[in-house]
Amino acid sequence: MLHLEQLSKTYKTGETALHDVTLDVPKGQILGLIGPSGAGKSTLIRCINRLVEPSSGKVLLGDVDLAKLGKADLRRQRRRIGMIFQEYALVERLTVMENVLSGRLGYVPFWRSFLRKYPPADIQRAYALLDRVGLIDHADKRADALSGGQRQRVGIARALAQDPELLLVDEPTASLDPKTSRQIMRLLTEICTERGLPAIVNIHDVPLAQQFMQRIVGLRAGRVVFDGAPDALTEAALTQIYGEEDWNAMRAGDAEQAAAEADARDRIAALAK
Amino acid sequence: MTAPSYPTTWRRPPQIVKDRRWRLALQIGILVYLVLAIGSVEVNWARVYDGLERGQRFIMGFLQPDFSSRWRDISQGLVESLTMTLTSTVVGVAISVPIGIGAARNLAPRWIYYICRSIIAVSRALQEIIIAIFFVAMFGFGPFAGFLTLSFATIGFIAKLLADDIEEINESQAEAIRSTGASWWQVVNYAIQPQVMPRLIGLSLYRLDINFRESAVIGIVGAGGIGATLNTAIDRYEYDSAGAVLLIIIAIVMVAEYGSSYLRKFLQ
Repeated sequence: MLHLEQLSKTYKTGETALHDVTLDVPKGQILGLIGPSGAGKSTLIRCINRLVEPSSGKVLLGDVDLAKLGKADLRRQRRRIGMIFQEYALVERLTVMENVLSGRLGYVPFWRSFLRKYPPADIQRAYALLDRVGLIDHADKRADALSGGQRQRVGIARALAQDPELLLVDEPTASLDPKTSRQIMRLLTEICTERGLPAIVNIHDVPLAQQFMQRIVGLRAGRVVFDGAPDALTEAALTQIYGEEDWNAMRAGDAEQAAAEADARDRIAALAK
Repeated sequence: MTAPSYPTTWRRPPQIVKDRRWRLALQIGILVYLVLAIGSVEVNWARVYDGLERGQRFIMGFLQPDFSSRWRDISQGLVESLTMTLTSTVVGVAISVPIGIGAARNLAPRWIYYICRSIIAVSRALQEIIIAIFFVAMFGFGPFAGFLTLSFATIGFIAKLLADDIEEINESQAEAIRSTGASWWQVVNYAIQPQVMPRLIGLSLYRLDINFRESAVIGIVGAGGIGATLNTAIDRYEYDSAGAVLLIIIAIVMVAEYGSSYLRKFLQ
């Protein structure tokens, strides 16, 4: 379904975020992308729908190479890829309904979106999706009136409104409490299974990844250093991904992030005993 | 084991000039300059004494404002000013929106960005009175010159603040809309507009208020409105009519100020 070939990204600052990443995601597979911050997880999924321009390599979705498309073609192809964001990225002053309908923007002409005159089928689909994520009663509320978990469910409905063939999910639970995180992950995996949707999920929380993902890819300094089933993610594999003790000093400026990763590692260590 | 003896006094260390001698020299220098500068201001006390009487008449005019004998001129000036204010704000804001979007670094291509920023820079660099004098020279006396002046000044004000506001939006919301396959116009409509709209409305109301005050000022250089009426009254030494005009201006500014701040609070 999705095939990445020797995908590389070097930022203008000279920092290489991705280095020859080659990856295959078959239909229906839910893939968890783990790795320390700065490993290139966000860059990788943003290179797929080209919110970040890859420097070289191929991004094949079906048989279309997304990396080569012009502006108009890119917009048309982006409709096939739904994206779910860290911190939800809902347009806060718009209603829940408008946020869900914004998933249809790639399909409707400007005047329809401007006047909020979406085709009846789109509106019906939006209601169906809101019902699926359990928010049908909140359709007319402003997005900023919802709680974190509810907002992320709107984010999921928005991505699904695109009728996508692939989901890109960037840290879906980063700002949620553990219980809500699990609920969101369960909803995501259920929906992917229902529709046979492949998904790439950036995720910080290693135990959560092991619980919900079918396959784990470990990224370190822009290279794939692990690729296997969640069970194969041993202590040694985690050390390879996250590095030895010195990762603490390495990420001094990102102490909070590092603390979260340390926490994840400790919990894994506890599980392994 | 003895407790270490910590100091009991503390002074805030000097923040700008570290050296004590330089600090002293600087302070004395400023004082000397001030004394010399004040000494150089020439005051013609005889003229001041003459002027006191004129000032007294002016104040008396204020205390006994005459609304009636020049009411036709005053009401005409007032209507002109209010018309000028409203039309110039509407036109100015309408022109500012595209320029403001063009002047936002995160939305516009480089060359459009530079063009729009230069328009803003020109509009902001020229003070209203200077533009008013220019437009009066071009289009003759009257409110049309005032309307053009205020529209022009509004562009610099609103477009700059709008552009700055757009540059500070939450980028992830725009990213999310872009990732759905939305076009540039759809991104502006769905991701940018909801984020900047309350501020744009607030700024427009604030500008309406400013434009009314400015309309009184630019009238003095011939751009019509209540300012022109005020100028005529003073030229004719009719301080009671001038007082009436000033009182009306103060009242309207207060109403506008209060009204727009109430509306802005209501919007946010």
